[in-house]
Amino acid sequence: MTIGIVVFPGSNCDRDVRWALEGCLGVPTRFLWHEERDLQGLEAVVLPGGFSYGDYLRCGAIARFAPVLEEVRRFASEGGPVLGICNGFQVLTELGLLPGALTRNIGLHFVCEPTPLEVRPGACRWLAGYQPGEAISLPIAHGEGRYQVQEDQLRQLEENGQVVLRYKTNPNGSMGDVAGLCNPQGNVLGLMPHPERACESLTGGEDGRRLLASLLG
Amino acid sequence: MPHFHARVQVSLRPSVLDPAGEATRAAAGRLGVPGVTRLRIGKAIEVEIEAPDKATAQQQLEVLSERLLANPVIENWTLDLIETA
Repeated sequence: MTIGIVVFPGSNCDRDVRWALEGCLGVPTRFLWHEERDLQGLEAVVLPGGFSYGDYLRCGAIARFAPVLEEVRRFASEGGPVLGICNGFQVLTELGLLPGALTRNIGLHFVCEPTPLEVRPGACRWLAGYQPGEAISLPIAHGEGRYQVQEDQLRQLEENGQVVLRYKTNPNGSMGDVAGLCNPQGNVLGLMPHPERACESLTGGEDGRRLLASLLG
Repeated sequence: MPHFHARVQVSLRPSVLDPAGEATRAAAGRLGVPGVTRLRIGKAIEVEIEAPDKATAQQQLEVLSERLLANPVIENWTLDLIETA
């Protein structure tokens, strides 16, 4: 199995994701430059964190039109597993694969710290390795992670079980304490926390390991 | 081909919190300008576009505003179009 890691100009967690997958889990990866269109042979695609295209206009707004994302959209619609971390989550909302938007943190600060989370895996393939209600800790590192959506849409997401990761102490003002969202089919997950930075005990714990390992079966 | 100039104003929807606007409002008081009760930060985007006629330019700019310049989930936009030559 090989996992694709999309690289935009301005991505900066692409190598961290590669290290977590290859170095910690032994899963081969392939970098996908934003102009590529070939997803042949990939079992899953990760959109990593960073500042794609400098976050110009809005976070993820320009990345949405990258050629590789047309293919990622098709891959996702065919049931392919897609994971968007941090800036990758912002890109998934701009792309319309997940609803809502990520906006400026309520306190305006860039928040970089480990944060306690509650996992509600539901149908999410990426979270199959966690127990319902399990408490974990993952690092966050973002200035624009406040989840925003219309109230009735948020209720719908909660009823559908799509709010799969929740902040236990809300660091950014996210509506509904949303830290991560999954699509109804369970193959597309977007989250602000960084599971790739929590795959070895030496550097920040191992709570993210099962997320990235979920595709190994 | 006729040339048009447009200004697209993008503003946060009223329901969306604007922490940067609120921080700026607070700074207005520290500057010594009292009484600023509301301050919201948006974007003004200047666009030059060539199109066969004004209706086409209008239609193209609407696509641009709705699909790229603004995110309708959190933002509203308005468009002013001027034919320049």
